[in-house]
Amino acid sequence: MIHFNNVSFGYTKQKPLYANIQLELKSGSVYGLLGKNGAGKSTLLKLMAGLVHPQKGLLTVCNANPMKREPDFLNQVFFIPEEIDTPNIHVLDFAAEQVPFYPRFNQTQFLDYLKELDVPMTKLNKMSFGQKKKVWIALGMASNASLIILDEPTNGLDIPSKRILRKLIASIVNEDNCIIISTHQVKDLDSLIDQIILVDNGEIIVNTDTNTIIEKIIFQHSNQQEISNSWIYHETSIAGHLFVKKREMEEDVSKLDLELFFNAGITNKIAIQELFNQKS
Amino acid sequence: MNFHSNKAIYIQIADLICEKILLQIFKEEERIPSVRELAINLEVNPNTVMRTYEYLQDLEIITNKRGVGFFVSVNGLKKVTDYLKKEFTEQDLPTVFKNMQLLQITIGEIDALYQQYLKWNKKPL
Repeated sequence: MIHFNNVSFGYTKQKPLYANIQLELKSGSVYGLLGKNGAGKSTLLKLMAGLVHPQKGLLTVCNANPMKREPDFLNQVFFIPEEIDTPNIHVLDFAAEQVPFYPRFNQTQFLDYLKELDVPMTKLNKMSFGQKKKVWIALGMASNASLIILDEPTNGLDIPSKRILRKLIASIVNEDNCIIISTHQVKDLDSLIDQIILVDNGEIIVNTDTNTIIEKIIFQHSNQQEISNSWIYHETSIAGHLFVKKREMEEDVSKLDLELFFNAGITNKIAIQELFNQKS
Repeated sequence: MNFHSNKAIYIQIADLICEKILLQIFKEEERIPSVRELAINLEVNPNTVMRTYEYLQDLEIITNKRGVGFFVSVNGLKKVTDYLKKEFTEQDLPTVFKNMQLLQITIGEIDALYQQYLKWNKKPL
């Protein structure tokens, strides 16, 4: 679905952000894009959507070159940005303006989603930030686009809406589309993500699926004082140690702890990369 | 659904299905929810539910009728009981034993409490 081949990018020529990255994303999955503030998550998403252009290398998205911004490419991609900017018009008029760009847009779904997300039928300027965001989410989910990009979708959402968003995402995943979510709130969406892309300092540290993660490493808690040198990463508090270690063949798999995995990837990059080298 | 324990989510969903079979909410030879229905209901990735269903198929607890859906196996109840017994013995019991040792509780004390429990709680089935 998406293929980065030796892509380099920087906002200025002198300061490259990404240098020669290789990355492949397949359809049928929900990707979680994780990275610290300023790591370049949004930039990576913008590259995919054709909003910024690679300085060099080859980038293919839905069999097209996003740089060309052809209608047949753009109508397959829906981007829900983190910061939203909406004109001062009624929600339905706003939707009517967007719909012609998405041939597979489903109006019935859109109205259902608005209702489920509890969005008022008013002008957009009368809405709160969270409500506007929900309008965008409903549009994106109803667009039936092949590639749906959500940049920090849970920011600004109230408690019930996060649950609805999870249900909506679970309902739209299919073999032909690809959903990419960039988020810091991993606990909001971790049960939906089945592929993890971890970025740091302009580098793709890891791109792997959650099954591989739980097969290769174990997330555990220990009350014991001592720290084992077989641990890839650990966090210590009065309650003991939370640690990540390589899983042995006979050991039971544990639940993926995305926060712990993230911290392990950032602090012990080499060990994580050794385990998950990006051949696939 | 809250995935509290440290087991992988696909296993926790398998445990949930097993519990429903044990309580005969899902009966032998009856259809269970589709992958998509269950994924939406539990707010998880459909691929995770698919993994659960593959796991339960390997244990012969459920069977896949192509194009129709997933069904509890003919002798699903027995298979579930065997599976849950194994899980209990291998995973829950060691924790109980550890605490018994730590708190110096004898098996006699446990037996007395268990007999009392049985008196007050009739078997739900």
